[in-house]
Amino acid sequence: MEAVSCRCYQFNLLLVMLFVTADIISTVEFNHSGELLATGDKGGRVVIFQQELESKNQPQCRGEYNVYSTFQSHEPEFDYLKSLEIEEKINKIRWLPQKNAAQFLLSTNDKTIKLWKISERDKRPEGYNLKEEDGRYRDPTTVTTLRVPVFQPMDLMVEASPRRVFANAHTYHINSISVNSDCETYLSADDLRINLWNLEITDRSFNIVDIKPVNMEELTEVITAAEFHPNQCNTFVYSSSKGTIRLCDMRASALCDQHSKLFEEPEDPSNRSFFSEIISSISDVKFSHSGRYMMTRDYLSVKIWDLNMESRPVETYQVHEYLRSKLCSLYENDCIFDKFECCWNGNDSVVMTGSYNNFFRMFDRGYRQDVTLEASRESSKPRSVLKPRKVCTGGKRKKDEISVDSLDFNKKILHTAWHPQDNIIAVATTNNLYIFQDKL
Amino acid sequence: MFPKGTKRKFSDSGDEPAAGGEDVNQPSSVAVRMLSSYSLQRQSLLDMSLIKLQLCHMLVEPNLCRSVLIANTVRQIQEEMTQDGTWQIMTQALSAANAAAQCSADRLVATEVLCRQTEATQGEQVLKPFPAVGSEGCPAEEEVVVEEEGEGGVTMSTVSPQAPTSYLPGTFGMDPCWEEENGEDEEEDEDSEECGSGSEEGDSDRLVEDSRTAEQVFGTFEIKNPAPSPDPALEELFSDVDASYYDLDTVLTGMQSAPKMGPYDLLESLSSHGPSPLSSSTSCRSDLNELDHIMEIIVGS
Repeated sequence: MEAVSCRCYQFNLLLVMLFVTADIISTVEFNHSGELLATGDKGGRVVIFQQELESKNQPQCRGEYNVYSTFQSHEPEFDYLKSLEIEEKINKIRWLPQKNAAQFLLSTNDKTIKLWKISERDKRPEGYNLKEEDGRYRDPTTVTTLRVPVFQPMDLMVEASPRRVFANAHTYHINSISVNSDCETYLSADDLRINLWNLEITDRSFNIVDIKPVNMEELTEVITAAEFHPNQCNTFVYSSSKGTIRLCDMRASALCDQHSKLFEEPEDPSNRSFFSEIISSISDVKFSHSGRYMMTRDYLSVKIWDLNMESRPVETYQVHEYLRSKLCSLYENDCIFDKFECCWNGNDSVVMTGSYNNFFRMFDRGYRQDVTLEASRESSKPRSVLKPRKVCTGGKRKKDEISVDSLDFNKKILHTAWHPQDNIIAVATTNNLYIFQDKL
Repeated sequence: MFPKGTKRKFSDSGDEPAAGGEDVNQPSSVAVRMLSSYSLQRQSLLDMSLIKLQLCHMLVEPNLCRSVLIANTVRQIQEEMTQDGTWQIMTQALSAANAAAQCSADRLVATEVLCRQTEATQGEQVLKPFPAVGSEGCPAEEEVVVEEEGEGGVTMSTVSPQAPTSYLPGTFGMDPCWEEENGEDEEEDEDSEECGSGSEEGDSDRLVEDSRTAEQVFGTFEIKNPAPSPDPALEELFSDVDASYYDLDTVLTGMQSAPKMGPYDLLESLSSHGPSPLSSSTSCRSDLNELDHIMEIIVGS
């Protein structure tokens, strides 16, 4: 199915589903077909939604998402050596490409990655010789004839079972996982190291990046995100807290401490402040589906980089430039450390990221237009399209505009996801998951 | 307010001159006010950052990225202050205010760790200039290292509210913010448990020049982190379990994790000249933490 191309400011987005989670949502991810959407939360739970197939009588409705499976992925643990608790919060979920009837995903907390198999069961065997239907064993002496058990249909049951547990490979907190295009390996990145795993092998992993200094007091930079290239199985990138992105080629050497490419934009001296470094820290890095570009998110902007040009990004989009004058307050209340994610649409023409006050932003790369939308109960009336929002930065506030000082910094949208083919987006506020789709 | 012709010191930079015309040595008062406003902002940013670093020790497991970014900010401020001479003035003023402190003002931040230098200065009087904000944690960390080096008795004298004077951020235990592996982990563990008990009194000592900032700092600190008060029933519950648990731990791993003891437990154990050797070393870390507590109480009153 070809990806739908549409100008983002022309989107007519309708609320398709609103799901209230038990705990704060910490990650959102569509699978490769878009049929499934997984969310992870702070309590270690994973909730998977499935898109209902188009019904014949209602072709208008592309398909709603309903809860498909819920399971507890991670439990809180206690590190006895350090006397510290290990949070069960799911930091990232990544789907594996589908190979057979079952679905597989990787979910990770700060320390442990797990491979989960999600399978459907809609038949069960009936007609055993030695067992009654309710499970009680029959007295063998009463068996006079033999029969072959047959599968009978049953209500659909979705089972999630942990198939692999990849533990004890990370001293620091895992911030990223990324499945390789070879579908055999994946990487996991923490603050200082990146490890390469084989999906089948849980007791060994290869360390491919290590930026830990010999003396920890010399530490000034950490890894913030990492991702494999979507097509080239030997290439991956990782971003840092100093606003740099390094592209590494695993063919070059076993330990990829030497980057093949270093992407860094020279600092704008006119904007220099004590907060310059903090706001340059990259919170997310995502390759485009084509593999030709990558997108980075820092505190105030989204940047698109051409992999062939290291000196500066090819496009920069301001997410909420009006916050630049508020950096001191945002530093005080720790908001400046919020890690926003970003995502591409199916054909790489539009990018999306979250902001405060439950706003999220879309940038159309081709038409150079952008739009601000809000994910809230009040703005998302059923069957009415989302209205663009505007933040008033100064001067007279127009009607329907909201002033910077009225923004609610506790309502932040850190996690968003875009369906790989259609204009369906998933937006997570603190503990609400919104799914919007384009009105047909 | 100011004697005629006296150049204003850094400590007064927070105060606007009552009569600007008196300060004949100053440039135009507008420029001065702007400069002092910038200095004030910078100072408050520094204070905020230091508090944040301290608070990060109190989290379950500090976010390394955040700690690194804050530490880099502090270093940046310090470098700038060193460049325009403010740093020298401030440390001199502070050391003048507190004769007991020994300042090495040219030492920059975080690249030297207190506990590393301890090895070099083991024999000396370990009256490092570190602010009270970090003092509870950092000297404890020092002490742990010293202990492990085989120095034996714990030098409690460093946990003196007099000692913390200068801003040298290297002494704020920013290094302890970094999670370390193996043996170093326990130092951080130490800090992550106790650095947060940074005393308000220490804050006020340090921030005496800028009472307004001190209030902000206090306010933030108090709101965010009221001093943990151990539940006495819980402590009793744990105190029975402690000894055997930590014996096993020590045997298995050679490492120690500090139990939380109430201040009264510590007083008891101190007065009884310590329990058996094994548990004395295991409980020493908690002793240090709780001793900080005690010192706070003693000095505070």
